[in-house]
Amino acid sequence: MSAQQEKKRYSRRTLIRLGQYLFREKWLLSLAIFCTFGSNLFALIGPRLTGFAIGAIEPGPGAVDFSRVFYYAGWMAVFYLVSAIMSYGLQVLMITISRRVVYRMRQDLFEKLLCLPVGYFDIHQTGDIISRISYDIDTVNASLSNDLVQLLTTVITVVGSLSMMIAISPRLVLVFAFTVPLSVCLTKFLTGKTRPLFRARSVKLGELNGFVEEMITGQKTLKAYGREEYAIGRCDIKNDEAAQAFYRAEYYGSIVGPCVNFVNNLSLSLTGVFGALLYLAGSMSIGDISSFVLYSRKFSGPINEAANIVSELQSALAAAERVFTLMDEQEEPKDRENAINLANVEGKVEVSHVKFGYLPDKTIIHDLSFTALPGRMIAIVGHTGAGKTTLINLLMRFYDVQAGQIRVDEKDCMDLTRESLRRAYAMVLQDTWLFHGTVYENLSYGKEGATKEEVEKAARAAHIHSFIMRLPDGYDTLLTDEGTNISKGQKQLLTIARAMLLDARMLILDEATSNVDTRTEIRIQSAMRNLMKDKTCFVIAHRLSTIRHADLILVVDDGEVVEQGTHRELMQKNGAYRKLYEAQFE
Amino acid sequence: MKGILAKYIRPYFGQMGYGFVIKFTGTIMDLCIPYILAHIIDEVIPQQDRALVLWWGAGMILCSVLAVTFNVIANRKASLVASRVTRTLRHDLFEKIMYLSNRNMDAFTKPSLISRMTSDTYDIQQTVARIQRLGVRAPILLIGGIFVTFTLDWAMALVLVALLPLLAALSVFVSKKGIPIYAKLQEKTDQMVRAVREDIAGIRVIKALSKTEYEREKFRQVNAAVIEREKKAGMVMAVMNPSLNIFLNLGLVCVILVGAFRVNAGVSEVGKILAFTTYFTLILNAMMSISKMFSMISKSIASGGRIWRVLDAGEDMEVLPEEGISQAQEGQDKAEASARIVFDHVTFSYYKGQMPSVKDLSFTVQKGETLGIIGEIGSGKSTVLNLLMRMYDTDQGRILVDGRDVRTYSPKELKEKFGVVFQNDMIFEDTIAENVALGRSLTQEQIQEALRYAQASEFVSQRSQEEDNALNIRGANLSGGQKQRVLIARALAMRPEILILDDSSSALDYKTDALLRKGIREHYKDTTLVIVAQRISSIRHAEHILVLEDGNVIGYGNHEELMKSCETYREISHSQMGETEAAS
Repeated sequence: MSAQQEKKRYSRRTLIRLGQYLFREKWLLSLAIFCTFGSNLFALIGPRLTGFAIGAIEPGPGAVDFSRVFYYAGWMAVFYLVSAIMSYGLQVLMITISRRVVYRMRQDLFEKLLCLPVGYFDIHQTGDIISRISYDIDTVNASLSNDLVQLLTTVITVVGSLSMMIAISPRLVLVFAFTVPLSVCLTKFLTGKTRPLFRARSVKLGELNGFVEEMITGQKTLKAYGREEYAIGRCDIKNDEAAQAFYRAEYYGSIVGPCVNFVNNLSLSLTGVFGALLYLAGSMSIGDISSFVLYSRKFSGPINEAANIVSELQSALAAAERVFTLMDEQEEPKDRENAINLANVEGKVEVSHVKFGYLPDKTIIHDLSFTALPGRMIAIVGHTGAGKTTLINLLMRFYDVQAGQIRVDEKDCMDLTRESLRRAYAMVLQDTWLFHGTVYENLSYGKEGATKEEVEKAARAAHIHSFIMRLPDGYDTLLTDEGTNISKGQKQLLTIARAMLLDARMLILDEATSNVDTRTEIRIQSAMRNLMKDKTCFVIAHRLSTIRHADLILVVDDGEVVEQGTHRELMQKNGAYRKLYEAQFE
Repeated sequence: MKGILAKYIRPYFGQMGYGFVIKFTGTIMDLCIPYILAHIIDEVIPQQDRALVLWWGAGMILCSVLAVTFNVIANRKASLVASRVTRTLRHDLFEKIMYLSNRNMDAFTKPSLISRMTSDTYDIQQTVARIQRLGVRAPILLIGGIFVTFTLDWAMALVLVALLPLLAALSVFVSKKGIPIYAKLQEKTDQMVRAVREDIAGIRVIKALSKTEYEREKFRQVNAAVIEREKKAGMVMAVMNPSLNIFLNLGLVCVILVGAFRVNAGVSEVGKILAFTTYFTLILNAMMSISKMFSMISKSIASGGRIWRVLDAGEDMEVLPEEGISQAQEGQDKAEASARIVFDHVTFSYYKGQMPSVKDLSFTVQKGETLGIIGEIGSGKSTVLNLLMRMYDTDQGRILVDGRDVRTYSPKELKEKFGVVFQNDMIFEDTIAENVALGRSLTQEQIQEALRYAQASEFVSQRSQEEDNALNIRGANLSGGQKQRVLIARALAMRPEILILDDSSSALDYKTDALLRKGIREHYKDTTLVIVAQRISSIRHAEHILVLEDGNVIGYGNHEELMKSCETYREISHSQMGETEAAS
């Protein structure tokens, strides 16, 4: 199958899925269709009443039947009022429908994001994802709320006019037998040409957004190096591409309208000429010609309109495709069918012969085995890049092992639900994460409904309370924009306080205090010990003072445990650990 | 929006005018066709002349051809202008954002800047393109229609004209109401952008804490708020069409009544009323198109305002003239002029009226020396660096680099002196080499050298064969320590006069850290080093060590001096090394 056919099938599927979203609103949609019919019909009655009113004026000077004129004028006013109310109702309906569809699409897309494996976001630009959730969905929506009604009106009028024309002169309709297929073919041809252009436009805009997001995120760095111009230069390239893609799509898209209009004009010309010739041949009356022309104009009007919105539909389709592509991304594998919830956690963790690599052919952890007994502290040390953070990813099941097993409380992790497994851990990561919300909200994130007292207690224990109190609104201070004026050390203390509020049986500390000064670290030590008490703890730290008291120290190198034991044992062993340890005094 | 119109759209007025003329001609051609048709039916057919019919028919086809040609040309022009306007606008906006001061950046917030850069510029693009394409036919029909009605019967036409102010008032009223709603909508969109960015950044934490349901609910609220605004805007705009319809149609009823009286009085004819109704439909349709444009324009006025606020944001860091400052310096110590860095009684706070983050800070560092800064969290360490690089201006006191006040340097000049690694610094989705070079003209050797002294060569060379050096977003396929080394290489690459490391070797093991410092000291002799660190081992060999607490200097000197004089420093040192020295 050619790539083109593939694409074709794809766009049909896009239409079907879009239809599914619409179909959920089938009742409102039927009402909208009813309203469309209604307001179109009323719009037709108006002129008829005008005709009657004019009929009453017809007798001429001095003989106008005013009572009838007023009577019909009154009815006209009524009908126009009703028609206007109906068309307002129709718009309200369409707005409601399109909002609901958009709401659901955005929500679906966002929820999809939460189901994707964490690694997805390491290779997909945030800006591009944002572009899909805002711009692409907006585009779909704009065309849903405007173009759908237009399309419906078109169908109604075209069918109506066509049947009237056939009734008047089947022979003249032959002209349309030529021009209608012509305009259909032309539209088809042009849309075939423009579809890839609209696709490109969406893609390029997404790329630009991705780039812009990254650059704005790194603005401080770029500014510090005086590399603004470099960023601007690169932005120009993306910008030009996006502008070019917009221009090409818009230009070719905007050709469709005039072209279809041309065909319509052509058919009008031909109708006129052939009609005149038919009249001259004596097979048609003038009256017939003029009403035929009238209807054919009614006929071509909406077709023109429809052709004009073809480009909008095209861009909507291209945008919808991008939305659905993201929705079709491979999710985190589902939990096993009979997965059990991990409950009453003891905290025993056994890692046996685990093998893993992010890329199938590049193993990072070769053969890792160790056992962590409940309530013990396990420290993992080793050179950077030795696979320590990877191990955390496996414990939390952000990734699944390729071979071997990780068992928690004698149960294979693979047989547990991810949620219950993850809940069993509290973790403080190297990359601290705070969100836009108050300090209180950020701290109580892991424990909904934590009282102010609990939160404050945790903050005191983490020695961040006095800092918080110095903020303008204390615990109600809004942390903004990735916590700009909060240092990394402060962020770490906040996330430690967050972890203190969790009552998980297992704890992961990945360089949790790397940016905290040692004095503060000592001050929070008792709290940390409290935090770690009775919990199975996995601690990664470079600062060896942090981990000296660990029950078990694993020295990891190149994905394997090369030494294990307590600080004392390992120092006596005079091996890799001792070397690492002594390096700090060099 | 006015600014955008003046600065970005006006230059294209010529081209747009040209486009309008072409479009105008095309539209006239388009409108001619029905008239020719009417002419054929009314005038030519009665003459019974086939040849003449064919001639007129040919004329119609000619008009059609001209119409399509002109319209296509004009549309092409319109798309071109729209894409050029947007390109310039985006370029300038991006440029402005790149140069925004930290203070402004904090005020605008990143998510908002991202959405201004993307969806707001896009709105403007759409509107500029559409208005040019649709904005010709409707006014022609409207004005032409009104003109023709006047030739038919002035009294009836007056009824129509009397409606116009009403219609104008309606349009103004609706867009007046609409613009603020659209502005609010954009704000909500910012929040949506923030929600998505935030959750992508925190996906690991969200999953670890099983907060997916919570985040869903949170997004549901943001989503609903956006929808709510969109709906509100839509509803306001939806009033336009039916109201126009009613006004015009009631006007039509009036026309018929007036017409009835006039016909009765013998000053008008029925035929005229009939013709009037036809033109009425024309005018009505034109008004509808115009109202559609109004809602588009309202939206872009809101967007334009948002963009303009960024473009118009004042420069809050002026470059001061060198003369005025250097004169004030005349009386100063000569040593100060030769020093690399001088802090002279510097006081600064991030928020006005708040406790200063740095209080009355003074120190001097010479070429090739190292300054270590240590202190607790929130003691003002990073603030010192921010001030040194003039990310913010001091409230009191001054900072000299190479004997010149930092405020007298052009930003470019000043920045060339520094190589810096921030906490949480940015790795871009690019190759390692490009992350080091950051677009500066560096040779391959210079990059390799920087990587070597940043202790990164080893892992880089291991990587290069397999992964072609390409890094994931935010360097996700590097470990924390590897990231820091790439960042340090970036800072070293240009052999800066001042190298600033803000707690940026925290993820390195001691051995690598020691090698790194040794390498830098030996090979970058003239470089002044400013290191903020938590580990005493990172700074103990520095010529100057600054101990900060709550923005105050509580100790200043070298390691030995501080061990004697500074209680806090001694405590820190003991906590890290003292005991362990005893233990080993």
